Amino acid sequence: MSLFNVFDISGSALRAQAIRLNTTAGNMANIDSISSSTATTYRARQPVFAAQLDAAEGESGGVEVLGIVESQAPLRREYRPDHPLADSQGYVNLPNVNPVEEMANMISASRSYQSNVEVFNTSKQMLMRTLSLGE
Amino acid sequence: MAIGFEQALSVHAYALEVRSRRAEILAANLANADTPNYQARDIDFKATLAGLQGRSGTLKTTHPTHLQGGGDTPGELLYRMPDQMSIDGNTVEEEQEKSAFSDNALRYQASLQLLNNRVQGLLTAIRGE
Repeated sequence: MSLFNVFDISGSALRAQAIRLNTTAGNMANIDSISSSTATTYRARQPVFAAQLDAAEGESGGVEVLGIVESQAPLRREYRPDHPLADSQGYVNLPNVNPVEEMANMISASRSYQSNVEVFNTSKQMLMRTLSLGE
Repeated sequence: MAIGFEQALSVHAYALEVRSRRAEILAANLANADTPNYQARDIDFKATLAGLQGRSGTLKTTHPTHLQGGGDTPGELLYRMPDQMSIDGNTVEEEQEKSAFSDNALRYQASLQLLNNRVQGLLTAIRGE
């Protein structure tokens, strides 16, 4: 019965979008995490989505998160000689989180989450009505 | 007079099967609305239903690479042509998929209602009340 697969598919999308929201939350929370060395500075993180292929059927399934990548964009450097974490030249490193990108990402993730919940609910209704067939 | 279930339930049982398959495909499209390079799929409802009804003409396959005996494969997955291309190669247009999903769900319920009426009719015939 294909309708049961819809729960797996929508469920995988909900999970993927939740991970996306989580990384966005992490990025926004760390937007001012100052560090003295470039190696230890927080870098913006993004999940990588890929379609799950149902090999047996040759059909597409849900979505999976292949991993989380760190942004390679240059870090922000600010001159704050009186900051306790400033390096020998008086600079501190700030994360390369772009708040505009993060907000756009957050809106997109939340909209996608909503539409998948909708699909989930509609499929559930369809199945419930099918189960009561002939009553 | 013999009444077979096949005739009694007529096309509606097949329609439900195709509708539920289409619901799955559209759900997969919506799930992959943010996946780079994902291409939206769909099936031709009419061709799939016709293929299902004439089932005896098609061969059962147990592996995706098995060939059909000839003619078009019923229920073959097609690719949707997007109205606007996106920069990441994704061809899912969320509004279109959502409206197709709602439409499909409503038609599923319509088929279900018709099937239910058939079942009720059979029950009345069986009870003879």
